[in-house]
Amino acid sequence: MDFQEKLVHDLVAKYGTDRENLLPILQGVIDQERYLSEEAILKIAKEMSIPAADVYGTATFYSFLDTEPRGKYVIRVCKTITCAMKGKNQIIQAIESFLKIKVGETTIDKKFTILQTNCLGWCHKAPAMLVNDDVYTELTPDSVVDILREYREEN
Amino acid sequence: MTTTKKQLHRIDLIFKNEQDCKEILRNALARSNQEVINEMVNSGLKGRGGAGFPTGLKWKLTAEQKVDEKFVICNADEGEPGTFKDREILTRVPHKVLSGMAVCAKIIGARKGYIYLRGEYKFLVPNLKKELRRFHDILDELGLDFRVEIFMGSGAYICGEESALFESMEGKRGEPRNKPPFPTEIGYLNKPTVINNVETLAHSYTILKYGAKKFRELGVKDSRGSKVFSVSGDTPIPGIYELELGMSVQDFVDDFGDGDTKAVQVGGASGFLVPRKRFGKTSIGYQGKLTGISLPTGGSMMIFNSSRSMYNVLNNYLDFFEEESCGQCTPCRVGCQQLLKGIKAVKRGEKPASYLDKLLKLTDTMKLTAKCGLGQSVANSFSSIVENFREEMIY
Amino acid sequence: MSNMVNLTINGIAVSVEEGKTILEAAEKLHIKIPTLCYHKDLCVAGNCRVCVVEQVGNNKLVASCAMPVSEGMEINTNTLKVRNCRKHIIELLLTEHNEECTKCYRNGHCELQELAAEYQITNQDFIDLVPDKSYTVDRISPAIEKDDSKCIRCQRCVRTCAEIQSVGAIAVAHKGSEMKISTVFDRALDEVVCTNCGQCIVHCPTGALTEKSYVEKVWDAIADPETHVVVQTAPAVRIGLGEELGFDPGTRVTGKMVSALRRLGFDSVLDTDFTADLTIMEEGTELLTRLKRALVEDDPDVALPMATSCSPGWVKYIEHKYPEYLPNLSTCKSPQQMFGALAKTYYAKKIKVDPQNIVSVSIMPCTAKKYEANRPEMKDSGYKDVDFVLTTRELAVMIRQAGIEFEKLNDESFDSMMGTGSGAAVIFGATGGVMEAALRTAYEIVTGREVPFENLEILPVRGLNGVKEVSIKIEGTLDDWKFLEGVELKCAITNGLENAHQLMDNIKNGDRFYHFIEIMACPGGCLGGGGQPYPVDNDVRLKRMQAIYNEDSDLAIRKSHENPEIVQIYKDFLEEPLSHKSHKLLHTTYVKREQY
Repeated sequence: MDFQEKLVHDLVAKYGTDRENLLPILQGVIDQERYLSEEAILKIAKEMSIPAADVYGTATFYSFLDTEPRGKYVIRVCKTITCAMKGKNQIIQAIESFLKIKVGETTIDKKFTILQTNCLGWCHKAPAMLVNDDVYTELTPDSVVDILREYREEN
Repeated sequence: MTTTKKQLHRIDLIFKNEQDCKEILRNALARSNQEVINEMVNSGLKGRGGAGFPTGLKWKLTAEQKVDEKFVICNADEGEPGTFKDREILTRVPHKVLSGMAVCAKIIGARKGYIYLRGEYKFLVPNLKKELRRFHDILDELGLDFRVEIFMGSGAYICGEESALFESMEGKRGEPRNKPPFPTEIGYLNKPTVINNVETLAHSYTILKYGAKKFRELGVKDSRGSKVFSVSGDTPIPGIYELELGMSVQDFVDDFGDGDTKAVQVGGASGFLVPRKRFGKTSIGYQGKLTGISLPTGGSMMIFNSSRSMYNVLNNYLDFFEEESCGQCTPCRVGCQQLLKGIKAVKRGEKPASYLDKLLKLTDTMKLTAKCGLGQSVANSFSSIVENFREEMIY
Repeated sequence: MSNMVNLTINGIAVSVEEGKTILEAAEKLHIKIPTLCYHKDLCVAGNCRVCVVEQVGNNKLVASCAMPVSEGMEINTNTLKVRNCRKHIIELLLTEHNEECTKCYRNGHCELQELAAEYQITNQDFIDLVPDKSYTVDRISPAIEKDDSKCIRCQRCVRTCAEIQSVGAIAVAHKGSEMKISTVFDRALDEVVCTNCGQCIVHCPTGALTEKSYVEKVWDAIADPETHVVVQTAPAVRIGLGEELGFDPGTRVTGKMVSALRRLGFDSVLDTDFTADLTIMEEGTELLTRLKRALVEDDPDVALPMATSCSPGWVKYIEHKYPEYLPNLSTCKSPQQMFGALAKTYYAKKIKVDPQNIVSVSIMPCTAKKYEANRPEMKDSGYKDVDFVLTTRELAVMIRQAGIEFEKLNDESFDSMMGTGSGAAVIFGATGGVMEAALRTAYEIVTGREVPFENLEILPVRGLNGVKEVSIKIEGTLDDWKFLEGVELKCAITNGLENAHQLMDNIKNGDRFYHFIEIMACPGGCLGGGGQPYPVDNDVRLKRMQAIYNEDSDLAIRKSHENPEIVQIYKDFLEEPLSHKSHKLLHTTYVKREQY
């Protein structure tokens, strides 16, 4: 049993094969692999007896259930109104030039992916971003680079 | 700011640090179901997620269903742009929300409750779990057979719509259902379900503690009590504020504006834009019919000063809806694309200014025919912005 | 009796059962409300919004397909507000839709086009969204084409694939403006669990899902003087073709169809019914052999129940979903493929034509048959056994293109040698038909007497019920079949793959035991196939079914083993059922496939 097979198997064993457990199981794979590969979707479909197209269709409904490869750290910069008003574009530029990739891309070392996302609910502390599940607010072009430098330098 | 203006009535009920949760629960659980329902109905509390359905009635209708299994769900899928009060409530006073859920559960006969938490708030989970353990111990002590679990969303605005939320919890795409049937009859897993916003449940705690009468004293007719507002945009003091319902937008701007306020968006991206000339004529509350004189809101108040282009604001909103529409129904899915492409075409001069009138007619259709409440409101910002700032759309 | 609810629609009072929708109430008053996502076969979606109506007292419009009636409700279906909204919705759908109607396969048969015409959408006010969409067209499958640029996202196909067929090859994916109907990771239909049944096509309102057409290839073959073009027509075509050419559902047009095929230029006009009878001989014998192995030899390896293998949609379904039951599938090829193998061997020899110059065409109520003809196994004649498969709808296209006034044609008869079928073969076109035909023959082989049902009509196997069961006690057996004396032969029949799924699960769980099961992939059997005329619902299916049974009862020969051409082919060529030669030409093997 390879890692992914075990991961899916364990998640299904933990939550059960009923349809209402699909989201926690998909989220569990994301937690480990950062995205849902074709293989992972097929395995989940098989273990839960849900058509694979249905699992895929469900996953693609949710912004956080990526079906494309992502880096270890997924950066999601809020692009909704207040963040846009308070300098989201400068934050993106700072991240892009620091990581040398564009929005939607992943660094070669597969460590970072930059995405934009809809309202994160930090409008009073805009601009905001998520790095995986962690929130960073009131960003400036300098502070965002400091934050990402720490991620880059951790082992 | 002038000194003669009327000060807004700031309320300190929701966030008041009260550690008497066990007592409140014990008393509430000792009362008859009918008594508690009456208390809730008399309080005049209406749903604080934005739609404003009377909470007591919702509990009553669900209690009347003769079915073994029922659910209580706390809607913490706070996705409306400009809204962030539920996160604050769950961070600071989660026990009040949980107490509301427990009392509701006892009344309707539910043994299971869920908090549907938006994926963006996952960092709240460790604390919430700690709080849940503590709360479950209290329930055991009081002998109430009720357990609450956290269900995580995964990034889909539409799941804040209650029936879409059920679909999502059932492991499906979060597409709103046809109504009727309503959740009080057929909700999560097709069982009768009370689904309340975080803040609504927290208010129910206040009502249980202080009584319906005290709650009713706040606010105005049709809009009783206080409300937690999320204030953002061009304001020196962005943040969370509990205020009395029924305030005028003018009073709000006087308190929160930066002195150069041009417009306020009430109710988030799916809400209405109020231009300066109507600040004094518009109040905040829930009226039976949308007249434009009183606007409902889930609490989002976004302030724009004169440096902001209303075209950019609308463009941002439409961008949001074009992506976040669930996509199943025609008026919302295609309508949003048309509105977005339409304002761009007018701005670029590819379509004449009169095209805006065609789009305004289209917004009427979207409001009349979309499948869900959110689909019916996605065009609100378009119509209120285009009607009031038409010149900014063109030049 | 359920409660009746009173309401008015456009001021006219109507009373309907509680739980009915406004749409159903309007139907009762003969008030037409336009629909797109609604289909009688499917659960209600309420997503296209074209059926909105005004309810007095409600400030929103309501979707009539999804809104249940309530006492005192006042509905207006034709107000200015309603008309404007509907028009908007149709216009919106058109902006997402590739509007090259004149170049569309379903030009003239499209529900969106009809609505656009009805509402006179003559100008395009809104912005065309198609150029900015990265729509994909999947033409890889030999059976089904999927063109996303024609899709209106009504989800009828998705509901069909899930609810009626329990296949789930397609689902709704993504959201907002990106929302689309997709396979897993947008793979080609040919690479996923799709059974090619074509029910999605029959339920699609537009040209988003269509059969892959081979009409041009067939015209080419007919025009080629070097080739001898043989055509076979399945039993369900003769009761469906008329519908596509202006007759009422359930009109039998067998003689006119034969006449039209000759006029189109086919060199031999033959009948799949012939090989349907042959299937009964082979499959019936296979069943009796299996029963003998099980009952007399106690062979633990014999797979029971034996399942029919005529329906290629069902065959692919079991290959994907229940591969452990492949030994249970009869090894008999479908009548189409038996015919193909014989056309280029037996028939070629008889008419003294080099099989290399024979082009074998079949007219089928089915899209899965297109896939089946392309299976690599299907070359036992030494050539591709069936070259081109056309649906009933495609045949109608050819007839119209040829300028044939179909309704004026005289009745003609099939050519001989492979052109005669019994009544037992005709009923292959209806669910339960193979079972009934097999029982008519098998019972008689075993007992020497006719099956004990009045007028040979085994009524329990007929009709649209999901799972039908019949058990026949075998008594008074002939000497060779004494081992079957007193045996209660247990059979089950099902139609539609969701029902097949239920049946297979019952068998798998040990809840049910059968000796013989008949499974047809499509609702109603082949008469409701994916290649039949649209629109279809159960009313239409029942009419077609009645036509099939009428065709049977009008025939003199109604048992497969009494078909003189069958007797002849065994005498001249095949020797006996399950002979070495029939094994080579008439039987096949199956492939285990991925579950998804």
